Amino acid sequence: MTTAEQHKSNGIGRDLIVYICLLALAGLQFVIAYQNIDASQMFARMLAVAVVEAGLAELFFMHLWSEKRAFLLFVVIFTVAVLLGMQYGWTDSTRMVVGAPFSK
Amino acid sequence: MSQADLTMEGHSTGLTVGPAFSIPTKKLAMWLFIIADTMTFAACLVAYGFLRNGTPNWPRPFHSITNVALMTFILLTSSLTMLNGLRSARAGDKAGGFRWIMITAALGIVFALLHIREWLGLIDEGMTMFKNPWGTGLFGASFFSITGLHLTHVSCGVIALIAVGVRYQGGRYNADDIEVLGLYWHFVDLVWMFVVPLVYLLNLTH
Repeated sequence: MTTAEQHKSNGIGRDLIVYICLLALAGLQFVIAYQNIDASQMFARMLAVAVVEAGLAELFFMHLWSEKRAFLLFVVIFTVAVLLGMQYGWTDSTRMVVGAPFSK
Repeated sequence: MSQADLTMEGHSTGLTVGPAFSIPTKKLAMWLFIIADTMTFAACLVAYGFLRNGTPNWPRPFHSITNVALMTFILLTSSLTMLNGLRSARAGDKAGGFRWIMITAALGIVFALLHIREWLGLIDEGMTMFKNPWGTGLFGASFFSITGLHLTHVSCGVIALIAVGVRYQGGRYNADDIEVLGLYWHFVDLVWMFVVPLVYLLNLTH
């Protein structure tokens, strides 16, 4: 069965469930925004919810789940690797806050 | 047939066996664009995070979540209407497919108008790309850059929705083209899921 045929047979039910889940998760982010926690905790929680939202949207709205597993792995591994590669600057960002000099 | 002929034949067959991952070429091209665009947005958001983390007097100018919540609801709903459009197109319901695509475009327009209204409100309060009344001027630059990039994507998406919808109704495009456009529209929705918490919710006034 092709992706298109699978999509046709899935019906609106699954899409509606995913849509409601996404709305609920988006609502959860707004609830987290009003929690009495520090910014780093808030950031971590919101990011975790956003990653779950993105995963649901990619897998079901963008039909990645119905594609070949090799393609799913290609997208996930390539994207995650580059995103992780972008995280090298955080220690320097924290250094800016405390005003510490560059290491020699 | 020699061994060399067999090798060449096998090699040639391997190169022309079909599209990569057995995905139609248009869809694969859209996926590759989405992956590349993910890097663009990720770079912007990481740079924003770097500045926000490293700047002590980062402004928190947002008093209400009503507007951003409404924008989020509209964009998520537009993804559902896009899926309905694809489903109708797959079922051969041309009028239904066109109608859902136009509803999606209309929701995109409403989202863009709400976004512009919010921008104008912030500009009225004295915020520009380089300065604002609340703290470091970096906030305006990063806010307008990230939300502006997203708004550009939404605007381009609306134009594409109208163009593809009209051509689909005219018989020049088919359901596969709607699926490819749908990928782009869902991606715009997906990016918003990261923009909202990082740019808006972390900068709420408590």
